[in-house]
Amino acid sequence: MTIGTEPTTGPALTEERIEQLRADFPILAEQPGGVPLVYLDSGATSQQPRQVLEAEWAFRTQRNAAVHRGAHTLAALATDDYEHARERIARFVGARPTEISWAMNATDALNTVALALAEANRARTVDASLRIREGDEILVTEAEHHANLLPWQRLADETGATLRWVEVDDDGVWTTEALLARITERTRVVALAHVSNVTGLVAEVEPIVAAAHAVGALVVLDACQSVPHRPVDLRALGVDAAAFSSHKMLGPGGIGVLYLAEALGAALPPARLGGSMITTVTMTEREFLPAPQRFEAGTQPVGAIVGLAAAVDYLEAVGMPAIEAHERALGERLAAGAASLPGVRLVGPRPGQERAGLASVVVDGVHAHDVGQVLDAAGIAARVGHHCAQPLHRRLGVAATTRASTYLTTTEAEVDRFLDVLSGVRSYFGAA
Amino acid sequence: MADPLAGLYQELILEHAKRRSGSGLIEPFDAERFLRNPTCGDEIRLRVRLGGDAALVESLGWEGQGCSISQASASVLAEEAPGLRVSAVRERIEALRELLRSRGAIEPDEQLLGDAVAFAGVAKFPMRVKCAMLAWVALEEALDELDAR
Ligand SMILES: Cc1ncc(COP(=O)(O)O)c(C=O)c1O
Repeated sequence: MTIGTEPTTGPALTEERIEQLRADFPILAEQPGGVPLVYLDSGATSQQPRQVLEAEWAFRTQRNAAVHRGAHTLAALATDDYEHARERIARFVGARPTEISWAMNATDALNTVALALAEANRARTVDASLRIREGDEILVTEAEHHANLLPWQRLADETGATLRWVEVDDDGVWTTEALLARITERTRVVALAHVSNVTGLVAEVEPIVAAAHAVGALVVLDACQSVPHRPVDLRALGVDAAAFSSHKMLGPGGIGVLYLAEALGAALPPARLGGSMITTVTMTEREFLPAPQRFEAGTQPVGAIVGLAAAVDYLEAVGMPAIEAHERALGERLAAGAASLPGVRLVGPRPGQERAGLASVVVDGVHAHDVGQVLDAAGIAARVGHHCAQPLHRRLGVAATTRASTYLTTTEAEVDRFLDVLSGVRSYFGAA
Repeated sequence: MADPLAGLYQELILEHAKRRSGSGLIEPFDAERFLRNPTCGDEIRLRVRLGGDAALVESLGWEGQGCSISQASASVLAEEAPGLRVSAVRERIEALRELLRSRGAIEPDEQLLGDAVAFAGVAKFPMRVKCAMLAWVALEEALDELDAR
């Protein structure tokens, strides 16, 4: 895999092609429960191909040093890799390198935006247009992951702003029209997931950005479930901030990405202060570097960042359009299959409607934990629980759902196996 | 192929999960506990009334929702604890905890555990130990609260 190739469409993910790709993922050959692993939990965390592990190993064994500090050759090599990684990731999401700063994960990145806005509210020197005042509004959806809800709840509490949300229907779906109707002159922030981690709903970002910008509101996109699975061009979408996690896109854990569009990155004060983010410091004063360094206080996990860049290389070599097409088909297969099973309730868009490559279900009369246990006994790793979206589950009237989520290595046979085992769950527990 | 889940979902457990003995909150009661397992959202509200000069568990009722393991273990507890001395109930709770944490290394003591011996298989499923203990820990904490009064 060469670095710096133009984005490719990549050949379609046929059975044969997937077989080749799977050989790159050592863990897929494991049998943790004594049966072949059917990994349907990439939505929670993805697995890493050799190429990523090797890139990290090579960095750690040949080029590791503190970056942007010191004058030795090793530090220069490490700094090269580090900044090259930033360029790589920026290009992957249609951003400029200066718009990409590092975070621990998406949760951290989203918190950073909310904390920086709280700081902007306090700091006297900051652009007044960033201020959030009593009576202003922060708009989210009822389906958000807690990572994109709690920071906004707190920001509203702290500033006296009102948290508003667009409600979901009985399937957990909200509509663009309903969201647009909630945008008012007082809206200052609209925070939403690009793709829901529970329902697989894909948000129509452009009209939301247009309406938000028309009233001077910022749009913060939780891109955790979109960037790993489909081509995303953040500049083209026009969002002001976005967040995603390396561990969900074939990369290592411990590193996430915060995208701040140029204008916001220039205006936003840093939430964290310390080394590597300043120009001049006296005993009483401080001046900060511009973005992205301003948002990167302290030493970054450079090895993981190099691993993430390798993950992006891998994804682009396979081709994001091919991955998207593959997962779209798997998502539809999951949705249609689950909806056709008696006593199984499919959450999210109906079969035939657009959805990402995941599906969550409720099995009548059987708790999700028990469903997960039966799946696990068949070697199927699926996620059960509230998926960090309690308000959504409360609205759905359940404590927990069972979710199967796919990725580039998922086969149709795996989806069918999931559906097959799912179809037997109710009779196992005497609920059918 | 042998059912790998048979050790976990014993017949008795599946039966109890449906029967839900003791479900419903009792009045009057001496102590109440509400517990929630944040990982799966299972929850239980359990009330206990003591008798015999507070030496006996006289009655016990609960409401809650959760997986079959958590519901069955509440049901077993509600059938077996009433009429036992508080000290014996505590002993039983401790014995179940020890058994479930043993990863299968301990032979269950049927004499001591009664029907709860059916949960022995849970020991091999560490992710489910909390489910099986939920009602039992709720009772333990309720008894602790009464002791502290
Ligand atoms: C939609 C969504 N938002 C946010 C997160 C949080 O990601 P992380 O835990 O990597 O910070 C996740 C993953 O759990 C997610 O699926």
